[in-house]
Formats: sequence, structure tokens, C-alpha cells
Amino acid sequence: MHDNPNNLPPDFVRGLAQPRLTRRGFLQAGGLAALTAGLAACGVSGAKTGPTGSAATKAAKSFWQQQKKTGSFTFANWPLYIDKAHGTHPSLDLFTKQTGIDVSYKEVINDNAAFFGKIQPELQAGNSAGYDLMVITNGFELDKLKELNYLIALDQDRMTNFNANASDLVKNPSFDPGNQFTMAWQSGMTGIGYDPAKVGHKITSWQDLKDPKLKGKIGMFSDNQDLPSCALLAVGVNPEDSTEDDWNKAANWLKDQQPLVRKYYDQSYIDALGRGDVYASMAWSGDIYQANLGGGNLEFVIPDEGAVIWTDNMCIPAHAEHALDAMIYMDYVYQPKIAAMLAEWINYITPVDGVQAIIKQDAAKATGGDRASLNYLADSVLIFPSSDEFAKLHRYRVLTTDEENTWNDIFEPIYQA
Amino acid sequence: MRRARLGARLAPYFLVLPGWLWLVLFFVVPTFVMLSMSTQTGDIVAGFKQTFHWQNYSNGWDQYHVQFVRSIIYGLIATGLCVAIGYPVACWIAFRGGAHKSSLLFLLLLPFFVSFVIRTQAWSTILSDDGIVLSRLKDWGIVGADYHVLATPTAVIWGLTYNFLPFMVLPIYVALERLDPALLEASSDLYGSRAATFMKVVLPLSMPGVFAGVVLTFVPAAADYVNAFILGGSHTTMIGNIIQTEYFTNQDYPTASALSFLLMVGLLLGVFAYARAVGTENALEMAAAQ
Repeated sequence: MHDNPNNLPPDFVRGLAQPRLTRRGFLQAGGLAALTAGLAACGVSGAKTGPTGSAATKAAKSFWQQQKKTGSFTFANWPLYIDKAHGTHPSLDLFTKQTGIDVSYKEVINDNAAFFGKIQPELQAGNSAGYDLMVITNGFELDKLKELNYLIALDQDRMTNFNANASDLVKNPSFDPGNQFTMAWQSGMTGIGYDPAKVGHKITSWQDLKDPKLKGKIGMFSDNQDLPSCALLAVGVNPEDSTEDDWNKAANWLKDQQPLVRKYYDQSYIDALGRGDVYASMAWSGDIYQANLGGGNLEFVIPDEGAVIWTDNMCIPAHAEHALDAMIYMDYVYQPKIAAMLAEWINYITPVDGVQAIIKQDAAKATGGDRASLNYLADSVLIFPSSDEFAKLHRYRVLTTDEENTWNDIFEPIYQA
Repeated sequence: MRRARLGARLAPYFLVLPGWLWLVLFFVVPTFVMLSMSTQTGDIVAGFKQTFHWQNYSNGWDQYHVQFVRSIIYGLIATGLCVAIGYPVACWIAFRGGAHKSSLLFLLLLPFFVSFVIRTQAWSTILSDDGIVLSRLKDWGIVGADYHVLATPTAVIWGLTYNFLPFMVLPIYVALERLDPALLEASSDLYGSRAATFMKVVLPLSMPGVFAGVVLTFVPAAADYVNAFILGGSHTTMIGNIIQTEYFTNQDYPTASALSFLLMVGLLLGVFAYARAVGTENALEMAAAQ
């Protein structure tokens, strides 16, 4: 027994010592199996199927019948996208006065994709995203929100002002037939903005952004919607019904242009344009208008080949806790007077008919600088495009998920070189 | 008696438990989820499923190796510049700072009380083509009318250098501060010139600080995307920018995860190799050998 100080039976000790390797091997195999199983377990589920067709209409009806006014709602919007005076928002204050509903207004959206990325996990988990109303541009993210059943179908009985006053542009749009899920907030154009003094001549075409004389002074957008769509227009194709061949053609156009491009910009292009880092750039109409109000001398053109028109849309995310309050607000902004309050400040294309006349009346009542700027606004083709200009505006291509992968593979290497 | 001994034996494990939990919760679990995601296929609407599609890695590499290599090169150059600038600064504060050492360190860190995005944005205004610096230089004829800094690799690399400099200075400063002045005296007593003292005493003993500084600078610099985003141009995209786009714009989580994993493994291997070659202990051995 002296050989064995632990008082264990010798065969047991031998048993512990001998199969060591096998046991380790067993543990390794087991570990690998567990790892594999673990790897397999971490999937991400996709869309939860919702009702379609007439069942959807019925579901929406019963949903809205159960909703009660709560007296408040939270509104997620983009920066500088609502009227502002003395630190408050007059159109929201008026709404609260008329309806007793408080609005918690949050300027939290800078980018459709990033905002979608932020709210997606909550909606996926079946929770409220914390917002009852949000403004999303027509395009990939809006399509995905719909496909994933992340939007609440609107109450078609509470769209009185909308039905009476909405402009043709935003009624029954191609990206949301019958306005089932969305009502427009504002629309805008993507065209070319430039500094005529520095470019030295008038810009009229997308081909002007391929002028070797402007080498290093051209800005383009770093996104997968406006950039490809404008390139498609540049090669003479309407983005809405473009094919994969067209996409490649447009990509080649962009690749030819690439050595001349200083940078693929996000919203910061407007600063670069303002301070002369670039002389000509893809641009959003409202930005150019606002830069000029601040003393700039920029010009916005709808090129001969056409420009892109987009619409930012109000919609109600799934699991919103104050849906009815949000719905009441959505219809409220479709009164021409309210729309004029917004348009006088926002400077994009208003979704409501009759606003131009109201702004002209306001201008007649105003004096001095206010009068001049209101008149300038009412006469601006950036805010109120004529029918000739409307004819040159095109919507984005609606893509299926498969098409979207191809599309991204074609265009992403250009703006992320 | 037995119980007390058991408790005493387990105490150290309990003490490190919070650290382990932290590591597991915020590193091991996310890394595991990322690894799992990197071999899945699908899309956000249909959902992602595990199919052990390892091609995500080769596809990611094929498509984005340019940005990968570029990130490593930018990171290396920025780290080299940080050493070149940071070492003299740390030396000066440690040996010449005197009573003002803490004030000088505070001054070094002062800009970092402002968000680095805002500081980088400020540089893009300062260095703009017709901004306060370049417009003067152009007026004086020092640079040509077409000269610009923004939207070039130079701008991105200097942005990285600027943003990560304190991570280099502080560890070197700490190493130099710990250096026993008696060693310097001994060196000069033994007729060591100033240059020899620096080469044979100061430099070797400060190597651990340089080592730490290089790791602290290179890893975040190579993975950075803010500088390329704000100061860069059409050919300066770094791998961080690509990963961000894959995650948020394309919602292509598998590709994004595969790229993140490649970057992480690449950086880890690099740091390990570097540690083997000039790791802390080796540096001390080198010092001892001399």
C-alpha cells in the first residue's frame, strides 16, 4: 500500500492514466461537434408572414377599431425637416392645440440604411422600436420594411385631407399602391448642383460631369440608389425599367468617370460644394436651395437626360404604441395651410396641392426680406417643378432581393474603391 | 479546516470571475456569433441560415483584398509616423518636463476631450482646397492652384497619425519615466557619450513602451473607417468602410462577418508575429545582451 499514497485501487489509477489520450480525443471531437451545433444554431429568422389581399384589409380594419387615442406620440424625422421658430415647431404646437395630442419630435434619421439597421433588431424581436411615426425614403429600406411586415397598414377611413388635397405625384405611388402603408412627407430631386462662377459655363447634361477640365473637382454620391440611377439616366436608360445589361453599361460609364471624381460623398457634398472643394456634384434640390438662401450662388439643374425624383414617406412601424395619434397627425399635415407652413421652411417639393397660392398670399402680406424670400420660394422650380420638368423626372428601380445582390455587386466597387 | 482551505484555494478564481464573465459576455459570445454568421447564407427578408458556406471568406477576399492591403499599409505607415513623432515627444516630457510633466501630459490629452469625429471634421474644413491654409499657400505661390490635401491617401494617413498619437506617446512615456536616472549616471561615469547612452541604455529599456504603443496604434488604425470617410477620396476606402457598408447598407451580414473575422485574425496573427519577433521579453533580452 506504500506505493499508493492516495489509497486508490491500483487498477483505477491505471485506468485514469491510460486512456488519457482517447479521452482527450473524445473531448475534442465532442467539442468540435458542440461548436458545429452552436454555429448552426445562430441563424437569423426572416419575415414573419402576414395576411395578404382582402384578409389584410380586414385585419387592418379590426386593428384600427381597437386603437384608442393616447394623447401623445413619438415622431422620428430627419434633421432640418420641419418648420422651426423660437425653438419650437409651430405646426406641431398647432396640432397639439387642435387635438390635445403631444408630439415628441426626434431628429434621429440621418440615413435610411443606418436607421433601418437601428430599428430592425427591435422589430424583429417583436418589440416597439420606440417610434410611432417615421419618415423613410422610397427605396430598398422602405421595400424591406414592407416585405418584413414591419409597417402597420394605414386606416384608409382617416385620410380625408389626404384624399382631398394630395398631389398626383404622391397619390397611389408605384412603390406603395393605394397608399396602403405610406403618406408622403416631402419629395425632392437628385440632379446636378454646381457653382457657375467656377465651372465657367452652363451645365446641362450628365456628360458635363465627365469633363476632363473638371478633374478632381467633381463630386458623386456614395450610395446604391441615387448614384446608379443617375448613371443609368446618363447612358440614356430610364432606371425604373432598366435591365442587368443597362446596369453594366451604367457601371462602365461610372468607371470611365472615376479618375475625374474627387470623392463619393454622403450629405457632406453640400459643404464641399459650398467651400469650393468640388465645383460640380450630384445634388439634392432642397440643399442647393437652402445653400443659396444662406448666401451661396449655386445652381441646380435637371439634366437633359433626366433626374431622379424621390419621396420621403411617413409610415407607422409595427408594434407602435400610439398608432392612432400618429395616424391623426399624418392626415393633419395634408391641410394646405399646414403644408404651406412646412414648405416655407423645408424647401422641398410639397405633397399638397394649392400650397403655391398660399405662399404667394403670405408673401403679399409679408414685408421686406420675408416677402422677397417667400416670393423666391413660390417662383422656384426646385419647389414647384413645372409639368415640363416633371416629365424629366424618374423613380428608382424596384429590385427583388436577388436583383439587389447583383446590383450591389456591380455598383458598390465603384463608390467604395 | 478543510472548508477554509477550499475557500482560500478558490478565492483567486472568484476574484478573476468578473473578468472572465466580462470576457465571455463581450468577447467570446459575440465572436462566436460572428463566426457562425460568417458561414451562413440568405438575406434579411428570407432570413439567414447556417449552411457552412465558407466561400463567404474567399468571395470577400476576392472582392475586397485591395482595401484589406491598403488598410494594413495605411496602418503601418501611420504607426511608423506615430513612433517617429511620439518618441521624441515622450522623451522630452519624461526628461525635460521637470515640474510640468503632468501639465504637459494634460496638454497632450486635451484635444481628446473633444469627440474625434468632430476633430477630424474640423481638419477637413481647415485643409479644404480654398480653406485657411491652402488658400494662403496658393496665394504665396508655394503650391500650385490645383494642389489639394483632402481626398488623398496622405490626408487619410496623417489623420490616422494625428488621431492615434497619444496611444503611442503614453506607453513610451511610462517606460521612460520608469527608467532609473542612476543608470544614465552610470553610463556617463563609464565614459558613455550621450549618443551611446541613448542607444545602449535608454532605447533598449524603452522598447516595452514602444511595443505597447505600436500594438495600441496599429490595430485601431488599420481597422479605422472614420478618417477614410471624412478625409479620404475616391481611392482611399479602407476595409472598415466596406464592413460598415456591408452591415448597414447592404444588410449582408455573412459577408460583413467574414470580412470582420478575416480582419481580426489578420491583425491577431500580425500582433503575435510581432510579439514573437520583438516582444517585451526579447526587447529586455536584447538590452541585457548589450
